[in-house]
Amino acid sequence: MSTTPPMLQIKNLWKSYGDNIVLENLNKNVEAGEFVTLVGTSGCGKSTFLKMLLGMETQTRGDLLLDDQPIATEPDQARGIVFQQYSVFPHLTVLQNVIIAREFEKSPLLGKLFGGRKKAVLEEARQLLERVGLSPAANKYPHELSGGMRQRLAIAQALIRKPRILLLDEPFGALDPGIRADMHALILDLWREHQLTIFMVTHDLTEGFYLGTRLWVFDKVRHDPQAPNAYGARITYDLPVGDMPHDTFNQIQQSLNPADTNEVASASGETP
Amino acid sequence: MKRLVNLTPSRPLKVLLGLAPFALILLIYVIASDARLEVNPNDKLLPSFAQMGDAMHRLAFEPSKRTGEYLFWQDTASSLQRLALGVGIAAVIGFVVGLLTGALPTLNAPFAPLLTVISLVPPMALLPILFIVFGLGELSKVALIIFGVAPFIARDIQRCTQEIPKEQLIKAQTLGASTWHILVRVLIPQLLPRLINAIRLSLGAGWLFLIAAEGIASTDGLGYRIFLVRRYLSMDVILPYVAWITFLAFMVDWLLANSSRLLFRWHHAGGNT
Repeated sequence: MSTTPPMLQIKNLWKSYGDNIVLENLNKNVEAGEFVTLVGTSGCGKSTFLKMLLGMETQTRGDLLLDDQPIATEPDQARGIVFQQYSVFPHLTVLQNVIIAREFEKSPLLGKLFGGRKKAVLEEARQLLERVGLSPAANKYPHELSGGMRQRLAIAQALIRKPRILLLDEPFGALDPGIRADMHALILDLWREHQLTIFMVTHDLTEGFYLGTRLWVFDKVRHDPQAPNAYGARITYDLPVGDMPHDTFNQIQQSLNPADTNEVASASGETP
Repeated sequence: MKRLVNLTPSRPLKVLLGLAPFALILLIYVIASDARLEVNPNDKLLPSFAQMGDAMHRLAFEPSKRTGEYLFWQDTASSLQRLALGVGIAAVIGFVVGLLTGALPTLNAPFAPLLTVISLVPPMALLPILFIVFGLGELSKVALIIFGVAPFIARDIQRCTQEIPKEQLIKAQTLGASTWHILVRVLIPQLLPRLINAIRLSLGAGWLFLIAAEGIASTDGLGYRIFLVRRYLSMDVILPYVAWITFLAFMVDWLLANSSRLLFRWHHAGGNT
């Protein structure tokens, strides 16, 4: 594996459904280890973009390259995902939810491990649960967990196979603000420790500013009132965001003048 | 005075209210039966509990003069065996068909419309065909239950399969799961409690087909017995048999409900999260 090409290359990427153009002409490179936050109004195509990264949608035109290869057109273990909900398996305990990925990997026939092989995997899973703070709940079922704990589990589950890219689809959207702050700290720590490459879709602009290294704003540049679907969204802002102390963060937020960003966001909010 | 929608009876009162209709029905029966028997001691329509007890004692605890069997237990065993076979096979067929057509779009396309049409065929109308094809033996009776119940279970499981959140299937794939893995580790375990539920819902139809088939062509079974003694107006046998069938149906349902609650705690406590 050569290290020269960027990990993820987006070249002239278009996505449309019939006449409805969702994304037009995206061109970006993302290096390994970056933490990209995707913001934009609903319907701006950021979720479509995430689905293309995941392999659930295919581009209409252009290239999406992971490690210089076209990205697989169905989900696989190269890309981990945490959804806002339904991310964990309700019929498995916390521990079983984490080891299932290893069981898929090591047992093609049954998808289940027994005896000594299971023991080794369980040990690995316990350490991961310890890391995300779920050890006391290891034998509980997901319905017995709070929303925040469930997302911790979903993250642990996604991490065990060490995906090239970790995709987070509004993972903290349903959580209380206090819990959300804890989760931010956790995801930042994990990102540093495991040297992850993360794409996170969020509604919350401050979340976008605080987390990660890069902020992408999805928005429509051209707009035809007669044909609202004729033009797709582009990435209108590509801002470097540091993993910085809190006061620096405030300065940058002020210098960026988020009021403008909000205006852009609300203007495109009128498009259906 | 609170609104009626806000009035909830206390627990003992609730039990009492629940039992009251049963007691009332029994009381009305006893009064009516007594009144008729007083006019005509040979009346067969509303036998007294003593007469029913005698009839049942004869069937349950005295060997039949003709065959030497204890008819009541023989009937019960035959019927339960047919029902278990029929519903069991229907559950397996229905589960596999429902799972595969629900999970795999390439199988859904050719088989889902067929399944819809098959489930609309009235099974009782097929009974003559089953008698012609399979003869009058056990097979045709079991086959009727299968034909009556399997399409319903298949469609129910198909719907349940499609209702499992797509996110879970995608998540499994990002964890490296193959189609087979998704079936055996994600879908089947989550569909088992739903299968038990589908079986519970289809047991009513199962009993219907069983008794109909036994009533038309059989040599034993609960349905056979009540259709047989109808010729002699033997209400003293028919009524206890109907009560017994109801009790059996209740017990089977109760067992299924409780085993589901024991085996699939996560399903009953939480549902989808």
